[in-house]
Amino acid sequence: MTAVAAGPQAPAPDPGTVRGRVALTHRLAERGVDRVLLLAVPGVLALVALFCYPFLYGLQLSFQPAHGGVLGAYRAFFADPFARKSIWQTFALAIPASLINVGASVPISYRMRREFRGKRLLLAVLVVPITLGTVLTAEGIGEFYGPAGWFNRTLHLLGLSSSPVKLTMNYTGVLLSLVISGFPFAYLLIHSYLSGIHPSMEKAAATLGADWWQRFRYVTLPLLAPGLMTTFCLTFVMTFAVFPSALMVGDPDGSTHVISIEAYEAALQRFDYAQGCADAMIMTALMLAVIVAVTALRSRLYTGTTGGKG
Amino acid sequence: MTTGSLPGTAPPVRRPRSQLRELELRGVSRAYGAHLALKPFDLTVRGGEFVALLGPSGCGKTTALNCLAGLLPLTGGEIRLDGRRVDTLPPEKRGFGMVFQNYALFPHLTVRANVAFGLKMRRLGKAEIRDRVDAVLRLVRLTEHAAKHPGQLSGGQQQRVAIARAIVVQPPLVLMDEPLSNLDAALRLEMRSEIRRIHQEFGLTTIYVTHDQEEALSLADRLVVLRDGAVSQVGTPAELYEHPVSPYVAAFMGYRNLLGLTATSGDTAAGRGLSVAGTPGGGPVAAGQPVTVAIRPEDLHVAGDGEPGGAGVGGAVVGEAVAEVVEYHGRTLHVEAVTAEGDRLHLRTSRPVHPGDALRVAAAPERALIFPGDGGAP
Repeated sequence: MTAVAAGPQAPAPDPGTVRGRVALTHRLAERGVDRVLLLAVPGVLALVALFCYPFLYGLQLSFQPAHGGVLGAYRAFFADPFARKSIWQTFALAIPASLINVGASVPISYRMRREFRGKRLLLAVLVVPITLGTVLTAEGIGEFYGPAGWFNRTLHLLGLSSSPVKLTMNYTGVLLSLVISGFPFAYLLIHSYLSGIHPSMEKAAATLGADWWQRFRYVTLPLLAPGLMTTFCLTFVMTFAVFPSALMVGDPDGSTHVISIEAYEAALQRFDYAQGCADAMIMTALMLAVIVAVTALRSRLYTGTTGGKG
Repeated sequence: MTTGSLPGTAPPVRRPRSQLRELELRGVSRAYGAHLALKPFDLTVRGGEFVALLGPSGCGKTTALNCLAGLLPLTGGEIRLDGRRVDTLPPEKRGFGMVFQNYALFPHLTVRANVAFGLKMRRLGKAEIRDRVDAVLRLVRLTEHAAKHPGQLSGGQQQRVAIARAIVVQPPLVLMDEPLSNLDAALRLEMRSEIRRIHQEFGLTTIYVTHDQEEALSLADRLVVLRDGAVSQVGTPAELYEHPVSPYVAAFMGYRNLLGLTATSGDTAAGRGLSVAGTPGGGPVAAGQPVTVAIRPEDLHVAGDGEPGGAGVGGAVVGEAVAEVVEYHGRTLHVEAVTAEGDRLHLRTSRPVHPGDALRVAAAPERALIFPGDGGAP
């Protein structure tokens, strides 16, 4: 402060401090730190209370099993072939279900960009399942596709099958429920990604001689790919945590013994909280691994603007 | 309303080659429900020609272009390319090049890949694609930007990529939809001559949509002035500039003074404190008929005291007005003057004029066009 030579007209308050203060708020603002940041406070608090704390609590709990030392619960999980198999069974459900949801959304939302008669009705039919709970969906699947359900009765009436087709209480039942409840979500996301691509892109490609498949393959798909990957991650996370339908329309002691059921049984049937927490942590690590892999792949794609003026 | 072939004399052939001999539009129309966006439209474009569709927004010029490109289906009429019918083909089968107003460059592809796109769709060999892309990039002076993405380029550069992408496939016809409207004034001038240069160097046939009469006059061999989906006039820039057929076209061609008067004879009109000796512009005029007199600001000048008509030979005094706005434009002043009746006159003068000065305004009779009917100005 003393370094500032006090000129004849220098103002009385220490000019050095004033300049320093201004510079600090400016520097903070440059890094995005200003009063608007306070808007994030409620959200951050909720996140800490509802996510960070339970997560960390569970994490430390998983390191305190009754026996076997710090990593005992983790070792127990991987030592049990039945528990180990639940990892594979979860992936076997989550990956196909997510791929089907994303894959089916693309052509449908591609078509839905154009106006046609009955578009609103179709949209409603596609999106309504998102409002139904997973339990309701699972119950409905059980009723409809069950051995005595309408589906099998119709097949029987049409003479297409002599004995009921087994679609519930197995892998197929769970996959069906994951597709029915996950599709609307994937569709809505992809639809919005697709409408963000300027229509002039495809028009330009058409005037350059690209037929509909080439327009999709070389213009729309590359611009849509990052959105597809994000959608895949989100539906994957939803389906990886499958629980009610795996119990209700699946085969929870066999082919749909997914990792969340393994954790549930450890914590709430055997009352081994440490084991339950360890199972949940393993589940989290697996999900993260997939998301990191997909995100890494995504970052290698073009992710800038999708049309309009550059 | 005149359509098709007015005394549109063929421009002198000075181009290297043109793949197209003749593009023929017969009764091409487009309706949106009950609204006819483009009324039956006839036009014949010769190979190598540069035709501008000119009109204000909503006049149907972009509709016409999209119909030509195949992006909009026709409601009626047909389009023939050297006798072959093309209006039933989808856009990808027509092989026309199109430059979009927003350029519509593929943001995920490099400049090189953008330009190569059309060649790739035509399944040409890698070596040929590379050579042709290199040649076109040199032509539009973008060789050093070939590896960049469109987002890294300036507006003018993006515009040149869009042109390069459209012409690299050597299309028989290039369609341009207001390609300069997103550029600033200086760049627009530069790109304008660039477009004309490319048109000539590649022997293209170009249809160019614009609302800017200066752009259209300077670029095109022939102009088509559209109004409310119908053709007002077709002709060379000189024909339209010198002999507009209606006050509407006259207004587009820079006749800023449009005065609603009454004819006093076949070639004179008076009213609202003014009297004009002029030339009939769009057909015979009878005394007593309401007329519109169109005069360019350049042709309206301040009459000297005592002199009959200032600089203009044979100039005749039109009336008196008070200068209101005087703009300095170097050698000349642009003056906006108001008559006693409240009509605004736009004129040029090299004499010192100040706001508030009373002026006697004159115009040469051959420069004042008299059109039958009042109104008709845009």
